[in-house]
Amino acid sequence: MKSSAPPADPDRARVRNAWVFLAPTLIALAIVAGWPLARTIWFSFTDARLDDLTRYGFVGLDNYLAYDDGEWYGVLAEADWWNAVSVTLWFTVVSVSLEVVFGLAVALALNVRFPLRGVVRAAILVPWAIPTVVSAKMWAWMLNDQFGVINYVLMGLGIIGTPIAWTASADTALWAVLTVDVWKSTPFMALLFLAALQMLPQDCYEAAKVDGIGPVRALWYITLPLLRPAIITAVIFRALDALRIFDLIYVLTSNARSTMSMSIYARQQLVDFQDVGYGSAASTLLFLIIAMITISVIALGRLDFDKGATR
Amino acid sequence: MTQLLAKIAFMLIVAAILIVALFPFYYAFVSSFRTGTELFIPRLWPERFDLTNYAQIFTQQAFGLNILNSMLVALVVVALSLFLGMTAAYALARIRFRGRGPMLFLILAVSMFPQIAVLSGMFELVRALGLYDRLPGLMLANLVLTLPFTVWILTTFMRELPKELEEAAIADGATPWQTARLVFLPLMLPAMVPTGLLAFILAWNEFLFAFTLTLSSESRTVPVAIALLSGGSRQELPWGPIMAASVVVTLPLIILVLIFQRKIVAGLTAGAVKG
Repeated sequence: MKSSAPPADPDRARVRNAWVFLAPTLIALAIVAGWPLARTIWFSFTDARLDDLTRYGFVGLDNYLAYDDGEWYGVLAEADWWNAVSVTLWFTVVSVSLEVVFGLAVALALNVRFPLRGVVRAAILVPWAIPTVVSAKMWAWMLNDQFGVINYVLMGLGIIGTPIAWTASADTALWAVLTVDVWKSTPFMALLFLAALQMLPQDCYEAAKVDGIGPVRALWYITLPLLRPAIITAVIFRALDALRIFDLIYVLTSNARSTMSMSIYARQQLVDFQDVGYGSAASTLLFLIIAMITISVIALGRLDFDKGATR
Repeated sequence: MTQLLAKIAFMLIVAAILIVALFPFYYAFVSSFRTGTELFIPRLWPERFDLTNYAQIFTQQAFGLNILNSMLVALVVVALSLFLGMTAAYALARIRFRGRGPMLFLILAVSMFPQIAVLSGMFELVRALGLYDRLPGLMLANLVLTLPFTVWILTTFMRELPKELEEAAIADGATPWQTARLVFLPLMLPAMVPTGLLAFILAWNEFLFAFTLTLSSESRTVPVAIALLSGGSRQELPWGPIMAASVVVTLPLIILVLIFQRKIVAGLTAGAVKG
C-alpha cells in the first residue's frame, strides 16, 4: 500500500472514505436501533400509555420500584416479573444444554461419510428455516390434548393412560415449549459443530489410533477440547436467543403464567395492558440483563472483534 | 459381523435424526388434506388429497395478500441490508482506522438486542412517520434484525479477499467507489447469496414487529396471519386451514434450503464469532 501511494496523503483519504462508507449504515442503525432504544428507556421513567404516546408525565423510578403507603410497587416488586425471570433463566439453561448435547451428537453422526449425507444435512436445516410461528402451530397440533398425534401414539404404546393437555397444563407447558425450541434450534448448533469438526486436524486422530486410544477417549480428550471455541460461541448465541424468546411461547401458550418469559411479560404490559411506561421498564430490565451477560462473556472470553483484519 | 451391526446401528441413528427433523412437517402436510371429523382421528398416513383447506385460506382469508406482503417486506429489507452491508463491510474489512474495533463491537451488540427493548420506541417512531399498519413501517423495523447481521457476515467474507487486487486498482487510479463497485462487488457475489438468503429468512419469519405494528388483516405478513387464523367458532381452532397455511409458507423455504444448503452453512459459520 505504501509503495503505490498516489499523491496527497492516501492513508488519511482512506480513513475519511471509511467513514463515508460507514455513514449510511450508522445512520440507519441510529434510526432503527439507537433512537427506539433510547425512547424505550425514556418511556420507562414515564406514565405513557399506548393509546396516546404524546401525553405523558415523568414519574422517575416509580415503574421500577416505588414505596407507597407501606407497600412496594413497580416491576421489581411484582411476583409475576420474578416468575418470568425464573422461567426464562430455567428455559435458557435447560434448552441450551440439551441443544449442545443433541447438536454434538448430530454433528458427530453427520461427520461420518455415508451415502446421501448431503441430503440429510439439508433435511435437518428444515426445522431451523421454517418460521417459528409455523413450527409452534405444527407442534401445537401434534400436542393437542384431544386430537394430537403425540397423545395418540403414547396411548397406543401404553405409555400413558389418558390424554395429556401438554400445552395447557402448568406442569407440562414449559416442557412443551422446551421440546419445540430444542427441535428447532438443534440443527443450528449441529451445523456450527459440524463445520468446526471438519476443520479439525486429522493427524491427532491418527496418532491416537497408533497409541491405541479408543474412539470414546478420543472424543473426550481430543475432539471436545478442540471444539471448545465453537461450543462457546454457539452457547453464547443460543443463550442470548433463549433469553429474549417470544414468538414460540406466545403462539404455543399465549400469556399463560407458567410459561411467561421476560419478553412475553413486557409485551403484555406494553400492548395488552397499554401501559407503555411499565412495559418499557420491564423491556429495559431485560435489555440490561442481556447487555450485562454479553459484556461479561466478551470480557471473560476476550473475544477479539478485530481479529483477522490485516489492512 | 460386528462391523455390519455397527453399520446398521449407525444408519438407524441417521434415520432417527431424519424422522425427528421432518416428522412435524410431514404430519402437518398429511393433516392439511383432512377436513371435518376426519381431522380428529390421528393417523400417520394420508388417505386422500382433498384441497378444501387450501382453497379456504385463499378465499376466506387474505392469505394470498399476506404472502405478497411478506415477499415485499422481505425483498426490500434484503436489498437495503445488502446495499448498506456491502458499503459498511468495505470500510470495516479493508480500511484500518481508529474506532474500527468499537464500531464492530457496536454492530454486534445491536444484533444481540432483545427485540422487545426497541418495541415501544419503534412503535412511537413508526406512528410519528405515519407508517403504522403499513408495510414500509415493517421494512424499517426489520432492518434492526437484518442489518447488523448482514454487515457482520459480509465483513467476515470481505476480509478473506486478497489485498493485491485492491492495491492494483488503487495504483491504476481508481476511486474508492470504483474499487468497491468494480473490484469487490463481483468478488463478493458468492458471499451475498447466502447473506441475502439468511436475511430473507429472518425478515420472512419475523413476528413481534409485524404483530405489533400492523392492525388490519390486509397489511399482515404470513407469520401474523397464521398466528391469528381463526375459525367460525370461538372454541375450536381451524387446524386444517392452519396446517394448509403452514405447508404453503414452508414449502418455498424448504426448496430454498435444499438448493442453497451449502451456502447457508457457509454463511451461518461465517456469522458466528470465531473466538
